[in-house]
Amino acid sequence: MSTDVVLLTLLVVLPFAGSIVAAFLPTNARNAEAWLAGGVALAILAIAAYFFRPIARGEIPRVEFEWLPQLGLNFILRLDGFAWSFVGLVSAIGLLVILYARYYMSPDDPVPRFFSFLLGFMGAMLGIVVSGNLIQIVFFWELTSLYSFLLISYWHQNQSARDGARITLTVTAAGGLCLLAGMMFLGQIAGSYDLDVVLRSGASVTAHSLYLPTLLLIAAGVLTKSAQFPFHFWLPRAMAAPTPVSAYLHSAAMVKAGVFLLARLWPAMAGHDYWFWVFVPLGAATLLIGAFLALFQQDLKGLLAYSTISHLGLITLLLGLGSPLAAVAAIFHIMNHATFKASLFMAAGIIDHEAGTRDIRRLGGLFRAMPITAVLAMVAASAMAGVPLLNGFLSKEMFFAETVESHVASALDDALPFIATLAGMFSVAYSLRLIHQVFFGPEATDLPRVPHDPVLWMLLPIAFLVLTCILVGIVPQATVGAFLNIAVRAVLGDATPYYSLAVWHGFTPALWMSLLALAGGTTLYAVMLRYLSGDVEGAPILRRLKGQRIFERAIAIASWRGAKSLVQSLSSTRLQPQLVLLLCVTILAAVWPLYKGGIDIHVPKLHEIDTTFLLVWIVGCVCALGAAQQAKFHRLAAVILMGGAGLSTCVTFAWASAPDLAMTQLLVEIVTTVLLLLGLRWLPKRREETSRPANLFIRARRFRDLAIAFIGGAGLASLSYAVMTRPQTFTIATNFLEKAYTEGGGRNVVNVILVDFRGFDTLGEIAVLGIVAITVYALLRRFRPARDSVAVPEQKQFQDHFDAEHDALSKDTISAHYMIVPGLIMRLLFPVVSMMAVFLFMRGHDLPGGGFVAGLTFAIAFILQYIAGGARWVEARLTVLPVRWIGFGLLAAGGTGVGAAFFGKPFLTSSFQYVDIPVLGRLPMASALLFDLGVFALVLGATVLMLIALAHQSIRVSRASSKAVQPAEGAV
Amino acid sequence: MSGQILATALTISKIFLTLAMAAAASRILRGPRAQDRVIGMDTLYVNAMLLLLVFGIGSGTTLYFEVALAIGLLGFVATVAMAKFLMRGEVIE
Repeated sequence: MSTDVVLLTLLVVLPFAGSIVAAFLPTNARNAEAWLAGGVALAILAIAAYFFRPIARGEIPRVEFEWLPQLGLNFILRLDGFAWSFVGLVSAIGLLVILYARYYMSPDDPVPRFFSFLLGFMGAMLGIVVSGNLIQIVFFWELTSLYSFLLISYWHQNQSARDGARITLTVTAAGGLCLLAGMMFLGQIAGSYDLDVVLRSGASVTAHSLYLPTLLLIAAGVLTKSAQFPFHFWLPRAMAAPTPVSAYLHSAAMVKAGVFLLARLWPAMAGHDYWFWVFVPLGAATLLIGAFLALFQQDLKGLLAYSTISHLGLITLLLGLGSPLAAVAAIFHIMNHATFKASLFMAAGIIDHEAGTRDIRRLGGLFRAMPITAVLAMVAASAMAGVPLLNGFLSKEMFFAETVESHVASALDDALPFIATLAGMFSVAYSLRLIHQVFFGPEATDLPRVPHDPVLWMLLPIAFLVLTCILVGIVPQATVGAFLNIAVRAVLGDATPYYSLAVWHGFTPALWMSLLALAGGTTLYAVMLRYLSGDVEGAPILRRLKGQRIFERAIAIASWRGAKSLVQSLSSTRLQPQLVLLLCVTILAAVWPLYKGGIDIHVPKLHEIDTTFLLVWIVGCVCALGAAQQAKFHRLAAVILMGGAGLSTCVTFAWASAPDLAMTQLLVEIVTTVLLLLGLRWLPKRREETSRPANLFIRARRFRDLAIAFIGGAGLASLSYAVMTRPQTFTIATNFLEKAYTEGGGRNVVNVILVDFRGFDTLGEIAVLGIVAITVYALLRRFRPARDSVAVPEQKQFQDHFDAEHDALSKDTISAHYMIVPGLIMRLLFPVVSMMAVFLFMRGHDLPGGGFVAGLTFAIAFILQYIAGGARWVEARLTVLPVRWIGFGLLAAGGTGVGAAFFGKPFLTSSFQYVDIPVLGRLPMASALLFDLGVFALVLGATVLMLIALAHQSIRVSRASSKAVQPAEGAV
Repeated sequence: MSGQILATALTISKIFLTLAMAAAASRILRGPRAQDRVIGMDTLYVNAMLLLLVFGIGSGTTLYFEVALAIGLLGFVATVAMAKFLMRGEVIE
């Protein structure tokens, strides 16, 4: 790979790599974080510098990685002049912001998160800028929305930060989705997602019949991202973010992504009247409304946010005009705005930091307290107002000059000079207000802190930016001339017009407009001064028009009230009606095709039926019915009866030559019984109620339920029966039977299917099992039992009472007083049952058994010890670490799957061979055995974890109630 | 001849064992005390185990014996858990 390719790739990779590293640094490592982030920004700046020469020569460095070549999608990075200027902007301002943030963040803030997100954002932003593929742009685009969300909500303990972050994400990510659709349209129209191809096919794009929908969708993305009217409301809310974030994302970088894309697609999509009619009216509206609202903000950052909205409106308007000269002005203004606005945000952050408030009404006379900050902020604010000899003046004058020209003949076009001058007046007025009310006037007396200039390092970024403003303002051609030129050429190509970056153009209309705006703005401020110092929040007239309020209401209706009423009208919180509905629908769904197609059930003759089997079934059915009947009134009886039904199922499986299933059924039955009994302890006492209620309605309902249950059960049974007695031809089962030994190396087809043929399913299932077990454990940690089941059970109290009366032996020895014989037997059974588990596990591949059954068996061995000795007794003697078993199980199963990759096979490919083992002889060893070991460990861990977590509740509760030990946080 | 005897004996024992299961099930159902039900279930397990042994003898495969072994080794766990529940009010203390 050539140096170019490596460096270009590093441009995008470096920030993300830095982001990962930053996340793992210690919480209070402010210096290390700043060095890391600053180093990354500096490296990117250096890469940009390296590429300057070739790009100035007109080359476009480009890298292409195959991504989805089948769909014509490749990962393309291309760095043309325009992208280059943005890389420089993003990395240079990023560097300054990082330096600033080092001193801004307090030692209590967890900085790894901040710098990690900031670097991640930088990577995403650079990704947008250097992407050479439309879909790729959208990807990075959404990534910036995500990082913006995370950064705004950095102080997540703050309600307004969370709200602001949510609104931002909703608006910008929704816009991003529109953008994705628009980009797909555009890609289809141009015939390729490659940006170079798209940019070259401008004529065919604008002529296409789908141009308007494409334009509207892309506009939705651009306008939301760049906070354009009517989506502007998110930006002021995003000001809850830490100030470095506001300075970086919400003035210099992220909000510029919208206008960046507008300029990027300018060659392909501008040049149609629709383009003008979408962006010029909205840009003009944003320009005016933003400037108007900014004047009336009482929050310093709010003022800057609305001013940013207004300036973005200006850029959108310029790009919307569709003339090359306007595009030059737009690109120039993007750069200028980033410099003065970022420095203003940083100054606002310093004022907030030092004075303790951002309320303009409370601030005042700060010039004496913090002269350096004041001077810097004043220069930056003057640049924002468009005062001559500062960079803001140049681009603003270009803007004024451009509005005077005529573009698309219409009243709007004619009105543009007036709109521009009016917005300029407001801009001057709010800049003036910022300077005057914060730094001059009567000195503030009731500030939370005593303000003074911050450390030099914090001022340095601002000073650098302000110096840039001045230098560019005085000698534009010598400073930014070259950079602007390559950026403009990259966008406009041969259409690049002649433009002059001189300060003095003579007495042009634009100059008069500038002067008019300055004079008008000053007068306006003088007139409004009294009103602004009052207690009025927000602007007159437009105060009622709150996009954010409308948005919140819409969201509330859609996601809260609407959803709630839908749930209320269509659903029920009670289980019974839900089940009735579900069952009835299922029955109908099953009956309908049978009614249409008919069913052929082989009804067995009486002599064909095995009497024994019939009797076992009757026993099972009776038990099941009894369990259902007793469930409400006699829980223990219901549990016992369920055990009976399960046992008859087990016998049925064995009888139908499915010993695997029989074994599994039996073990599951046993574990379930123990589980239910453990749970029964915490259920409220039985409700004394007659089983035969007098109410006719209730009885009728019960008969209805019985009928539904009967139809459902009998229907399912006969359906299964019909399926099972059908003559079998070639099915997947035949296939498995044939290949189990030849390909899976096992004679137990069920096991081979589980660990080999369907190994991936099993992996997923055991992962789910592990998750469920850990969730149960986590939920039980906070378990608070009902009040009437907290007490020690009656039987226990009785026994303890008896013990206390008859001898004075220690109270806790369960086995010393009762269950002496069974307790001993159960203890002795531990090795026996473990042995059986090992046996079942080892031979599982060829004969009934396997990891699942073995795991259950081993779990039962543990449970037996718990039953015999009590939790304390067992845990004093055995180290039971079910969570680790779960972890080991998942790792073993997953690792076996990954292991296949070392042999160049796909995931989870198994192999088997015979191995000579001393003493045992020649044994088949399949790699699936390792997988099965994972299943074994996981099932064991999950079962033990769930049961023991439940069992520990009684220790916890008794501890909590006796208060002998500390509150039961540490239990289990 | 002996085969005939074995077959008949197996059939009879199957029927008797299932009848015993039915009897045990009726004890579970009727109670009256919880202890009666638990004993009934234990009996059910024992009879099922024997039934599987008889199946095994009849079919000549050892796989039935293994299920029977499992019931024999582990079937009592449910019974013990219930006994503990009745005696102490909770299964694991």
